[in-house]
Amino acid sequence: MRWIWIDKFLEFKSGQYAVALKNVTLAEEHIHDNVPGFPMMPECLMIEAMAQTGGILVGEARNFEEKVILAKIKKAVFYHYVVPGDTIILRAEVESISPEAASIEGEIKRGDELIAQISLMFSHIDKNLSGKQFPEENFVFTDMFNSLLTGFVERKTEQAP
Amino acid sequence: MAMSRDEIFEKVQEVLVDALGLDDDEVTNDATLMGDLGAESIDFLDIVFRLEKTFDIKVPREELFPAETVLNNPEFVSGGKLTDKGLGELKDKMPHTDLTEFEKDPDVNKIADLFTVDAIVNFIETKLNN
Repeated sequence: MRWIWIDKFLEFKSGQYAVALKNVTLAEEHIHDNVPGFPMMPECLMIEAMAQTGGILVGEARNFEEKVILAKIKKAVFYHYVVPGDTIILRAEVESISPEAASIEGEIKRGDELIAQISLMFSHIDKNLSGKQFPEENFVFTDMFNSLLTGFVERKTEQAP
Repeated sequence: MAMSRDEIFEKVQEVLVDALGLDDDEVTNDATLMGDLGAESIDFLDIVFRLEKTFDIKVPREELFPAETVLNNPEFVSGGKLTDKGLGELKDKMPHTDLTEFEKDPDVNKIADLFTVDAIVNFIETKLNN
């Protein structure tokens, strides 16, 4: 199993918003484990999917120079279950971004139906944990995540303001 | 139109209720962010972002919560207390906070108590008036 909860980006506007798609299938093991007898996508993984959508958005805004980690779930409200066969669309918008952190506001929809509202904060760990050393390489944004962006963004040579 | 201190307090209260998941009556003027309201380090950034949005101002984190930059400088801390130089630096960086009590025993562990709701209201009031 790969720890990636979005299948592809549909839209990506650097530093502003990203829209990602996930198809939910019966073949996914976690679908069966959350509520036995009622296959559904666990809410915590929808939060993770939003964290990946928003995290890539925030990371790309600074040319992946920061190690962006999920630091706080500001809001997570779920209105409907997501079940196998569903296609969900995740939209994340940058609310604020600073050298130390960023916040996004997100919505998950199934067609026109609102499934969840999820707002998250990300921390740029090198800027916030003074004294602690992290590996030089950016272990957050692996090739797997970067491949999602193929065709959407050209790698920037300069850091965004 | 200039905002009154009460109006600023109400908005700061709303920010803290949302950021920290509190009830309105928990957010009093003298409540400390960490000790009384349970804020953790990442919450400070959340609060900064929310204040910026609510009041439409720029809030550099080191201006509102400057303790980290003071504590990380070895010239400013000795034996778990702020040195005179450190105290001077803190006073300089926290003009919106009353440091009278803290000056008597500038124990670094007590710095967290300086971050009160009142200090945020003072800070915002100064920012808006300038």
